[in-house]
This record gives sequence, structure tokens and C-alpha cells, in this order.
Amino acid sequence: MTRLEAVGLRAGYGDRPVLAGVDLVLAAGQTTALIGPNGAGKSTFLRCLAGLIAPSEGSVRLDGAELGSLGRRAIARRIAVVPQLFETLFPFTVEEVVRLGRVARLGALGRAHPRDHRAVATAMEELDLGALSGRRIDTLSGGERQRAVIAMALAQEADVLLLDEPTVHLDPAHQRATLAHIADLAARRRLVVLAVLHDLNLAGALCDRVVLLHGGRIMADGSPSEVLTDDLVRGAFGEGLTVGTSEGVPYVIPASLARFSQ
Amino acid sequence: MRFAFVLAVLAAALVASIAAGVLVGAVAIAPSDVLAALGGAGGPSATIVRDLRLPRVLAAVLVGGSLAVAGAMLQGLLRNPLADPYVTGTSAGASLGAVGAIAIGGAAAAPIVPFAAFGGALAAAAGVWRIARIGGHTTVLTVLLGGIVLTSFAGAVITLLLVANDRLALRVGTIVDLLVGGVRVIDRTELALAAGVVAAGVALALLLAPRIDAYAFGEETAATLGVDPARTTTAILAATALLAGAAVALAGLVGFVGLVVPHALRGIVGATHRRLVAASFLAGAAALALADLGARVALAPAELPVGAVTGLIGGPFFLALLVRSRVR
Repeated sequence: MTRLEAVGLRAGYGDRPVLAGVDLVLAAGQTTALIGPNGAGKSTFLRCLAGLIAPSEGSVRLDGAELGSLGRRAIARRIAVVPQLFETLFPFTVEEVVRLGRVARLGALGRAHPRDHRAVATAMEELDLGALSGRRIDTLSGGERQRAVIAMALAQEADVLLLDEPTVHLDPAHQRATLAHIADLAARRRLVVLAVLHDLNLAGALCDRVVLLHGGRIMADGSPSEVLTDDLVRGAFGEGLTVGTSEGVPYVIPASLARFSQ
Repeated sequence: MRFAFVLAVLAAALVASIAAGVLVGAVAIAPSDVLAALGGAGGPSATIVRDLRLPRVLAAVLVGGSLAVAGAMLQGLLRNPLADPYVTGTSAGASLGAVGAIAIGGAAAAPIVPFAAFGGALAAAAGVWRIARIGGHTTVLTVLLGGIVLTSFAGAVITLLLVANDRLALRVGTIVDLLVGGVRVIDRTELALAAGVVAAGVALALLLAPRIDAYAFGEETAATLGVDPARTTTAILAATALLAGAAVALAGLVGFVGLVVPHALRGIVGATHRRLVAASFLAGAAALALADLGARVALAPAELPVGAVTGLIGGPFFLALLVRSRVR
């Protein structure tokens, strides 16, 4: 069972500390939402978990091994990241983008093996990209492009999937569909999945676990209904938000001007 | 299938360009005499074909291929079609290295000029990248600005060397060639050495190509895909410096080939770099062989520097590409 763990994690940029001691264990098969106000340290935490920035104190461990002791290639075989921005000026096709997921597994001369072709085909099938395989990535809609980049990460055949606001460019229906798909993948393939989400309702409706980051520390960690409460949400994001529930699922809406001024 | 076809067409174009370069020149020589000369016959025509035209055409092939491959790599690394050895200052560094070697060693320095050019290219690439990395992320803008700064600085130093050094004054022709881009007539050993360096650079480019692809969405995503950005960037810059150094040692500063060729080919062979590098070498080589032919015959018996020809053709061509991409 894959286990990704942050232990006493502190990190920052230059003199500016961002993470002030974070402890978290992520287990396989679960989709965890990482939420928090702007500047809480969500992206920094994600980058630490991906080994992109070294912690100033503490460590990130993958199945007990320090991430800092592994090379980029070794990390890429275990941890895949879906980036937030994926603009390119070059005419890569969808299939070529998905194939980028195999870079860490190519042989010495960069030749692809049958196993690589299978992984690419499976990832494309999983995200229903067959009809788009030869299309240029810059001609796709936001939702299609998002699917291509998720397929790229899946083709890595990693057991950890980290996503930085994977739904930010999508309309509400596509947001739900994308996240539901990812949660389903996590359960079926026993992946460790952590997604930075700005949309608290997506986190509440579709994630197994919600981690609330505030001021570089974990303020709350639990099921959606445990974390998305009036007190915690207002404590972290400020006044002006109201938490309700619909069929047992918490949701967060901006308080109307009239109610807020009361 | 389609890529194989494109490659075959480009290879045929290269062969045709080489043939044209050997057959045509300021002095009219009958094709049958050219063939006889290549077959080993003697006489003044044979000397022109074997010792002047052929080495020069082959040098132009190496220069064009090198610049186009280096351009393809730099564009991939920067994720921007506005890069090549010329605009990033790599070529300027190479020419400074070459001129410096001539300044210090005089005629005796000839054998080390290619190495000095490579050293200068490497130092320039490293310097520009160092400037571009200040503040964390490499941006296209800082690389291009660094390239501009370095190019004008290198130009100033070369002017200084030129004026101050009397040994150089005797070699003004060579220096002018280096500055404006002229394929020199070169001997076989020099040509063989350059061919070896170019072969190494192209092989390295082909080897690095899948990792250059991974830069498509930026350096950080390349890292999460399993590419070590520091090591890979260094390797790409070293390969670029090898190619730009060889090109400058053979022909001085030749602009636009590295910029236009990969940019134009991307629309035909796609964006993946293994294909782009292979196609760029053939197309760049053919283009420069033809440009050099133009340089030799346009104002014959006077010769234009080939850099002027690539500038005259490449400038408007690049502009047309730019306008077309804006219109679309």
C-alpha cells in the first residue's frame, strides 16, 4: 500500500516561510481535497509533496523513503503531477502529449517499448481521448485539454496523483465530471490522490477527505462534513460565507448582502 | 509514413542542393568535367571543383544543418519559436572566442579556432542562462535580452581587438567573414574535424529529443515527468554550443537559418523533437548550400557573404511566417 507522508514539513521561498510545520499521511484509494484561502500554502505543499522544492525542515516520505534521496526519474515513476497551466506554442498532438508521461521510463536511447504504448493507449481510453488522438492540443477546448493532461499523468503509471486546481478552467458540469472521474480512478486503482481545490463544493461533494490549510498549518482534517462547518470555513476564509447541507453533503455559498449585514 | 516521406523529400533536396553547389559557380565548368574532377581527373577545373567548390559546399551543409538543429533545441528548451544560437548570443560568444584565438595566436592559432569558438559558445550560453535564471524562472524575455546584451558586448570587444591588435589587422578578411557570415574555403582536415563535431552535436540532440519534448509545458512539468531540469538544460546548452561553435568556426555569424528552419518545419513534421531535429538538419543543410551558391554567383566574380543572403531571404520569410501565424 502506497503511503505518502509529510513530517514536520517547513518550506518557503527565500526568507519567506510558507509552510510552518505540516504533518499529513495520505493513504491509497482515497481522494483528498486540499483547501484553504489564497496564500495558505496549498501550492507550496503540493510542490513539496512532488519533490519540486526541498523542505527547509522536516521531510516528505514515500513508503518510508525520503523524497530528497530519490532522483527525478525515480520520483516520476511513483508520483505524477497534473499541472495547473498547460499552454504550449508548439503543435503537439493529444497522443504526443500523453506519451510525455512515459519519458521517465524510456530506454537509454529514448526508444518506447510495447509496455509504453500500452500505457499510453490505456490512459487515452480511460479519458475517452481516442477520437482526439491526432488533434493538436492548441485546438482543443479547455475540458478536452484538461483530459489530455490528466491522461499524460495517468500514463506515468504512478501510484500517487497530485493535482493543482485541476478544474480551474472548466464549466461546472465538466468540473464535476473531471473530479468524479479522478475520485473513481483513485478508488479503482488504489491511488493516492491529492487535489488542490478552490471550489469548496467540489471538495465537499466528491472527495473522501478534506484538509484545510491556513497560515501554513493544517487547521482541520477529516471528512467533508467534519471540515466544512460554519466555524472552520469562516475561521479560515473569513466572514461572509454560509455552510449548508443538501442530502448530507455540505456546501458553501456566499452569504447574501442582506443576511451578511444583519 | 508521412514523416518518412517528408524526410525523403528533404534528403533529395539536400542532394540536389549539393549537386547544384558543385556544378554551378563563378567559373563555368561543364557538368561532364565536374564529374570527371570528382572521379579524380586533373587540371585547373578539377582543382576548382575538388579543392574550392566541394569543401565549401560541404562546409555550408554542416553550417546550415548545425544552426537549424541548434535552433530546434533552443526553441524547445525555451518553449518559444523566437530562439536560435544567433539571438541567444551563443553565436556571438563563439565568434568572440574565434577572434580572440586569432588575436592571441595569429596564424598559428588556426587549428584551435574551432575549439575557441566552441569555448566561447559554451561560455556565452552558460552566461545567458545564468542571467536568465536570476529570480528563479527562466523567461524567454530575459534570455533574449541577455542574448542582445552579450551580442553587443561581444561585438564591442571584437572591435576593440580589431583596432588594437596589429596581427589582426593583417587578417581583416577572416574577421570580416566571422562577423558577417562567409563560408571560408577550408582544407580537408578542418572539414573532417568540423564534421565530427557536428555529428556529435546532432547525435546528442537526437538523444536529448524526448526530454526536450517534456519541456512542452514548462520546466517544472518536465521535472515531474522525470527530467532533471538542471542536468538536461546543461546537456542541451552544451550540444547547442558544439553546433554553434562548429558553425561559427566554418562560416562566422549566419542568421535566420536557426530561427526559420525549425519554425517552418514544425507545421509539417509536428512538434516532437526527434522528428524536428532530423528534418531540421536536412532542411537547414540544403537551405544553406543553396544560400551559399547564391552568395557565390549573385554578384560574380564578387562574393556576397552568405550571412547577407540568409538575412535577405530569411528576414522577409520570417516576417511572412509571423504575419501568417497572427492572421490565423
